[in-house]
Amino acid sequence: MTEFLQQLINGLSLGAIYALIALGYTMVYGVLRFINFAHSDIFMVGAFAGYYLGHYLPAENLGCGLLILAGAMLICALLGMTIERLAYRPLRNRSKLNVLITAIGVSLLLENAGQFFFGAKSKAYPSLFPVHNFTSAGGIVLSSNQLAVFIVAILLLVGLQFIVLRTRIGTAMRAVSFNHIASSLVGINNDVVISFTFGLGSALAAAGGILYSVNYQAIDPLMGVLPGLKAFVAAVLGGIGNIPGAALGGLLLGVIETFVNGSRYSTYTDAIAFALLILILLFRPAGLLGKLQVEKV
Amino acid sequence: MLEVKNLTVNYGAITALRGVSLQVKQGDIVTLIGANGAGKTTTLRAISGLLKTAGGEVLYEGRNIANLPAHEIVKLGMSHVPEGRMVFANLTVLENLQMGAYLRRDKPAIRKEMDYVFGIFPRLQERLKQTAGTLSGGEQQMLAIGRALMSKPKFLMLDEPSLGIAPLLVKTIFEKIVEINREQGISILLVEQNANLALEISQYGYVLETGRIILQDRSLALRQNPQVKSAYLGGA
Repeated sequence: MTEFLQQLINGLSLGAIYALIALGYTMVYGVLRFINFAHSDIFMVGAFAGYYLGHYLPAENLGCGLLILAGAMLICALLGMTIERLAYRPLRNRSKLNVLITAIGVSLLLENAGQFFFGAKSKAYPSLFPVHNFTSAGGIVLSSNQLAVFIVAILLLVGLQFIVLRTRIGTAMRAVSFNHIASSLVGINNDVVISFTFGLGSALAAAGGILYSVNYQAIDPLMGVLPGLKAFVAAVLGGIGNIPGAALGGLLLGVIETFVNGSRYSTYTDAIAFALLILILLFRPAGLLGKLQVEKV
Repeated sequence: MLEVKNLTVNYGAITALRGVSLQVKQGDIVTLIGANGAGKTTTLRAISGLLKTAGGEVLYEGRNIANLPAHEIVKLGMSHVPEGRMVFANLTVLENLQMGAYLRRDKPAIRKEMDYVFGIFPRLQERLKQTAGTLSGGEQQMLAIGRALMSKPKFLMLDEPSLGIAPLLVKTIFEKIVEINREQGISILLVEQNANLALEISQYGYVLETGRIILQDRSLALRQNPQVKSAYLGGA
């Protein structure tokens, strides 16, 4: 039982990170119907932004840790918006395939630029938050970094939900995600909303990058590839374009992965996680919370 | 109010509009009739900025607005209810109306506008919290018109408001269009396949055929025109 709970905690904390990344995929898909493959590398840049900002502030300090988190989120928001402006917007009215290939190009560019500027070798990540292990009576351990993951992820999810459901720009995001023609006819500048969406998604990826790094303590310029892929899977699993779905998909994938990892089939962790994805999509092609859209004419 | 001069629109190599000219005077309802594929929707889309024009002018209150982006044109007091309604199916009725007032900040005035919309379409008020996708076709059309009114337009363009709607509701919706025109003084450009109905409520009409205006006259006269009668009004 103790082991089960322990694994559940580990799984949820990994899953919360997947969820944060998955949200960016799903939101961009919502407004543009395209998968931003460079998103996983924004996650990496977020981790590195935290690493370098960490040089200027004392380690193991809650206030400074949060400041670094906010700084990295801001940097990545700007990066995401810049990428959208320079690489994707000029292709807005071209075939979706062009943008998709461009996104893969941007992803490679970020990975290689990362190796050039940050160095290809893996770096030890500083402890941005105070380090402490909380141990329960039963022997379940919750590290302060895991706790940080939970708290930050929950706050960001609630904040995001508030923005999307209760604010003017959030409603505009949903309007744009429904139909670009209708949204421009009510006076919404689609470019502004799309840019905002990229900024928001990238900021969440940066938060994911930092939380991932403080838990795994090593970073390198290719670190985004696998978590990015899994977060993408999580987004599809939850129903691409669906925000609560992305969160659910992330958590589910994290938990499954952790449990398989803790079993004797650990060699097959990724294989099992992806097989499960295929299985779920066979029965629910639109994902767990996604709906197949039928348009009335 | 609106004067379109020699408007040309191309879809790639295909010319959809070949020099369309038309005029909507302040306070009038003007209709544009024609067969499928004549270019009616293209004309409206070019006026509201959804399509790039290849030539000609769109003078709105004396200013050439051709090729301005659609969201800028909305600011000038022009509202376009597109073909197929395009209500935000994933948003509630209330949110749809709020999005209609996207460019306005004055909350009390927006509230007044919404009350006016509920006055003409009480059905919308009953369905306020429902997502728009669950509405019937007629209700969606009411919502699309209501959403367009929320921007407090001076000029309204309606594209096939009768399309796919129960005949009884069509009558109601056309009565409301006249009411909006009279009470709010909103000038209207109406595109409609149901030429009978359109010529009944409008003052002036244009007949569009393969991208050209082939006929124009007062609506009353067009209804008597033998050519229009045989081609668009269902024979003798």
